[in-house]
Amino acid sequence: MYHVSLPQRGFFDVWRDNARRFLVHHVPPDEIFWDRGGDEGLFTGTAAPEMDGPADVTVTRSFLKTAASVLCHTQANAPALLYEALYRHQTDRRALENPADPLSRKLARLRKAVARDVHKMHAFVRFRELPSDGPRRRFGAWFEPDHLILETATPFFARRFADMDWTIATPTGVACFEAGDLSFHPPAERPKLPEDTSEALWGTYFSNIFNPARLHLQAMRSEMPLKYWKNLPETRLIPDMLADAESRVAAMHAAMPTQAPARAERILNRLSVPEISALPRTMGDARDAASRCRRCTLCEAATQTVWGEGDASAPLMIVGEQPGDNEDIAGRPFVGPAGQLLTRLIKDAGIGAVWKTNAVKHFKFRPRGKRRIHQSPDRNEIEQCRWWLDLERRLVKPKLVLALGASAAYALTGTDLPLRARRGEIETALDGGAVMLSWHPSHILRLSGNAASRARSELLADLRAAGAMAGNAEPSNTHTPHRNTRLGYLRNPPF
Amino acid sequence: MRRTLQEKLAILADAAKYDASCASSGTTRRDSRDGGLGSAGGSGICHAYTPDGRCISLLKILMTNFCIYDCAYCINRVSSGVERARFSPEEVVTLTLEFYRRNYIEGLFLSSGIIRSPDDTMEDMVRIARTLRRDHGFKGYIHLKTIPEASQDLIDAAGLYADRLSVNIELPRDSSTRALAPQKKPETIRAAMAAVRLKRQESSEKSHSGKRAARFAPAGQSTQMIVGADAANDRDILTTATRLYTGYKLNRVYYSAFSPIPDASVALPLVKPPLMREHRLYQADWLLRFYGFDVDEITSTAPSGDLDLDVDPKLAWAIANRGLFPIDINRADRNTLLRVPGFGTRTVSRILTARRSGALRYGDLIRIGARMGVAKPFVTVPDWSPGALTDRDDLRARFATPPKQLSLF
Repeated sequence: MYHVSLPQRGFFDVWRDNARRFLVHHVPPDEIFWDRGGDEGLFTGTAAPEMDGPADVTVTRSFLKTAASVLCHTQANAPALLYEALYRHQTDRRALENPADPLSRKLARLRKAVARDVHKMHAFVRFRELPSDGPRRRFGAWFEPDHLILETATPFFARRFADMDWTIATPTGVACFEAGDLSFHPPAERPKLPEDTSEALWGTYFSNIFNPARLHLQAMRSEMPLKYWKNLPETRLIPDMLADAESRVAAMHAAMPTQAPARAERILNRLSVPEISALPRTMGDARDAASRCRRCTLCEAATQTVWGEGDASAPLMIVGEQPGDNEDIAGRPFVGPAGQLLTRLIKDAGIGAVWKTNAVKHFKFRPRGKRRIHQSPDRNEIEQCRWWLDLERRLVKPKLVLALGASAAYALTGTDLPLRARRGEIETALDGGAVMLSWHPSHILRLSGNAASRARSELLADLRAAGAMAGNAEPSNTHTPHRNTRLGYLRNPPF
Repeated sequence: MRRTLQEKLAILADAAKYDASCASSGTTRRDSRDGGLGSAGGSGICHAYTPDGRCISLLKILMTNFCIYDCAYCINRVSSGVERARFSPEEVVTLTLEFYRRNYIEGLFLSSGIIRSPDDTMEDMVRIARTLRRDHGFKGYIHLKTIPEASQDLIDAAGLYADRLSVNIELPRDSSTRALAPQKKPETIRAAMAAVRLKRQESSEKSHSGKRAARFAPAGQSTQMIVGADAANDRDILTTATRLYTGYKLNRVYYSAFSPIPDASVALPLVKPPLMREHRLYQADWLLRFYGFDVDEITSTAPSGDLDLDVDPKLAWAIANRGLFPIDINRADRNTLLRVPGFGTRTVSRILTARRSGALRYGDLIRIGARMGVAKPFVTVPDWSPGALTDRDDLRARFATPPKQLSLF
């Protein structure tokens, strides 16, 4: 029988060294007695054989991590279970990774218990300030972990509290952090920590952030088990908080609403918003009124009203269908992929000032997975929004309106006949005025190959024709070649 | 009369407790070895728990509970007779740092009533965050509540110092928000969330010169919805939540059961907070985000559009769709396994890993950590078949808690 005695600190290196020596000699698990030291001489066996044995040893990186963690567990057979798993791993490579394997599962549970203990130590250590002579502030704490985690858990504090000196004393050892160096020492007597003024403030915070109407003691106890309470200053307040909870809630129920303080009315009067006047007279008023539009239900789901943009006295007005995902987020029309295509084509067509807007001013969509999928507006939504489109046309007074896509065509002409036969033609809007019809740029993006390039050149031709007809073709066609500004719009401030 | 720091803390912590968020996870990894104080990144830490079962991770306070708005559900509304107080920026900074050094907290969650104007208030909050970061090298977690009406510049600055920003959507339906919070505008709230999403998107992309912009709110944005203060049903609530997740890429939507407040408004009933409903909504929220369910599937089990309070939403869905079960554990794909009641995402991952080593049996599932008490009617393995159990009339009754006689008092 072999015997290995693991020390209280630095046990992982000792375990690994011994395990390796046993493995190269094929020593089966039941011939080794691992113990946690302390009781020297109670049991004596042979020490592990020296290095150099017949076998090669394999181990995975993740197993070493598990081992480092499981060895912290105080359960007496933890080192033996680890060796057993490692021994088996030499012939059965799959078992370690199999969560249904009983031994792997046992190790996983031990590892989880240790991780939880480490996590609770990070959470429940409470420092008190100690007097200091030097420039660095000093703090001290006493903590009682379940497992041998002092060395695993304290580097966290070194990273977090690097600008102060601190000591965490536990029943199994002491961690000291001084001037940037973390050191470990054998257990000492529990230190007497001086009173700390912040502790009273912490108590005040603890008892006031608690909502007496939502008592849920079981949740508190499972996350902050009673065993930790004796070292947590705030837990002393819990009995009183509980005793008062019921009466506080009863008092809330019993209390009649009080008179509002005098200042309330004054302040609220100042904040009240004037009602929208019947018919906005300027573009600014119209935009403002539209931002509060509730003519249909689209406003419930969409982010915001996307009003038109461009030159408010332009001779040409371009009307699309509705804002898409990008437009809805940015609050500006034609900034998404289709909008960028349109901008490019407008430039290629050499058109000057335009006013760009949509037939429907809210984004209509259906959530799918993590995305919002565009849905075409229905007749009612288009008709409700026509009120705004008509207002916009009265304000801009364009010579010509270019309607892109079926929804815009319907909004302006009231006819929903197929677009193919009508594109490039001039029709008359419901309330008079010339409307030219063409493809929506997103239609082009949905097509591919020849169909896409044909539709694209048709839209370009229509844009040229519209520009000429409205009389706002740019005098000289000397625009710079288009640069890739795929995300350029993101950098412009909205409005 | 000047209040002491302790008195202010009592008032302003009390005023902050109705905000449910306490997350301190998922931000950039950083620590104080290269100067300053504090660390963040990785999983959050809950430093204490109060008897309401909620954790304390951050110092959650209001800068002031003076407010010019009149939201019926809020303890701090202008018409409430609650005691008022106001921290100076220095006081907030000192409290945060001293609490942090004693390992009481992970950082600061700062919110505020609206004083003077949204911009003035937001500016003070940004100043506190900037002082912590710049003057004190604070590397802990900062969560700033964003005031929707504040100017874009201030929100941009807030995102540079804070790990997380949040704007509360308040109520699931626009009409309720307009009725109960007349000074707030649902469209402005949504636009503020959209602006944060846009800014985060920008900061994660490289510019033309290949330089990366400064990280903007690296722990993302969240929001909170009050449950039970209006007549919205669970379908409304979850539909709104889905829109928020898809539209603004929120990290979390918090559901907060409307809970009685001191000096309540006449507009709202003071009832016991619907805690079980809140719990079911969180479960449903998880199903939406991690289990591939959509709102209609979850809420179509009852005609009312509300979730079943007696059994969890996945179990309720499975009972209503028994035709799809039982499922063969050794053949089903991940998405199908995720739909089995009693299996969590971790269980499913373990099942998939374990299948590589051979067919799973009933005992393996128990060892893996599956809740077989719940899952048993819905699965088959070589040594277990539910037989008629799946189709029994009393299947729901076996899981639901037995009816309790109503209390007379």
